[in-house]
Amino acid sequence: MNSALFVVVLITGLALVGAALLIAGLISPRSFNPQKGEPYECGIPSRGESWMQFKVGYYLFAILYLMFDVETVFLFPWAVILKDLGVAGLFNILFFMVVLILGLVYAWKKGALEWK
Amino acid sequence: MFDFSIVTHWIDNLLRSVMPGWGALLIEFVLVGVALLLLYAVLALFYIYFERKVCAFFQCRLGPNRVGPYGIFQSVADMFKILIKELISLNHIDKFLFNLAPYLVIVASMLAFGCLPFGKGLQVIDFNIGIFFLIAVSSIGVLGILLAGWSSHNKYTLIGAIRSGAQMVSYELSIGLSVLTMVVFAGTMSITGIVEAQNNGWFIFTGHIPAIVAFLIYLVAGTAETNRGPFDLPEAESELTAGYHTEYSGIHFGFFYLAEYLNLFIVSGVASLLFLGGWMPLHIPGWESFNHVMDYIPSVVWFFGKAIVISFIIIWFKWTFPRLRIDQLLRLEWKYLLPLNLINLFVMVLIVIYGLHF
Repeated sequence: MNSALFVVVLITGLALVGAALLIAGLISPRSFNPQKGEPYECGIPSRGESWMQFKVGYYLFAILYLMFDVETVFLFPWAVILKDLGVAGLFNILFFMVVLILGLVYAWKKGALEWK
Repeated sequence: MFDFSIVTHWIDNLLRSVMPGWGALLIEFVLVGVALLLLYAVLALFYIYFERKVCAFFQCRLGPNRVGPYGIFQSVADMFKILIKELISLNHIDKFLFNLAPYLVIVASMLAFGCLPFGKGLQVIDFNIGIFFLIAVSSIGVLGILLAGWSSHNKYTLIGAIRSGAQMVSYELSIGLSVLTMVVFAGTMSITGIVEAQNNGWFIFTGHIPAIVAFLIYLVAGTAETNRGPFDLPEAESELTAGYHTEYSGIHFGFFYLAEYLNLFIVSGVASLLFLGGWMPLHIPGWESFNHVMDYIPSVVWFFGKAIVISFIIIWFKWTFPRLRIDQLLRLEWKYLLPLNLINLFVMVLIVIYGLHF
């Protein structure tokens, strides 16, 4: 039942965009001018390519994010049964956490968290 | 307390008495979709009005006051205006990705929206891993933003999208960990379960100090996640025109606008659900007559009231703090919020194991 409702909500979202685009396509005006297709930058013709190499700092944070996000995924099932596990649950996860925190400490020491 | 599942069961029985099971189910699905769509649109219109009015009062202005009494129809008029604007077709864009991006952004916010418990028995998707599912689907939105910025073939949109991507993935970590802290405390991931567990007091009161710290971290991270307030540098208008949606015109732009305000509602809705009890009224153990009086206020009023109060706080941030730089933003997340969050999680685990909470 819930999975069916998930599909219903998904279709609702798609239908919202589709229907609004359809209505807008029917009632919005249209005019043609070659200048209108140019990138909206400064009013003067834009120079150079926009799909270019970008600062690597952003990707470094994306990789660090991957590490910690996967950690969070592993922690959620543990969080649900923590009350039954008691102290043993804490020690089990502490081992896992220490390894990951060492990773963060390493990245910190290495200067990966600095913006250069 | 009125249980809305009485109404839904009544409709279900009524439909099943006049038609076969699959027909009743089909009509119910359509009804759910239409109700969700209406609520989505009305909330977005309300939030646009609310934000403009609040911003105006912070700046000692009147805000919108021409269309209807106190300008309440201003956002409806704006919606029609946006619908009749031309959709400009651009020359150098990646057409497929450019058109796909609004779908991703809207679908992500719609799926997260469907998970929220609007009242007692008034919830569309109720998985037993509800809160985890909510975090998972709301992070699809960042894909839409990245695609929008990349496919537009414009320097401003590219910078805006990459900044937004770095910011949203970073702060998603804080959201995930502060939600995790509350899941440890509640012992369940089901949204109904979390709300029911707050019957004898909201988590922010019963959860000791870690719950309050998690709430503050969640508020900061939620503000960043919605690209608002002091963290609005992906669309910093003085340097990037409009950030990742510079090239979008007409209703295409409207989708990003809609999703932005709905994300504000979703973030405040999740905050109210995790920390302030969702639709659960304010119950104080031992004060029986007080609890009875509180039960008379409908659950829908409680949920929306809490969500709007938290949204007000998030809008307030915008007018209190100056915009951060990208290095300050990432430093705040990775060097302060993340270690603080891990320590907070550890303290919460100790409190739960040794039963130190109220």
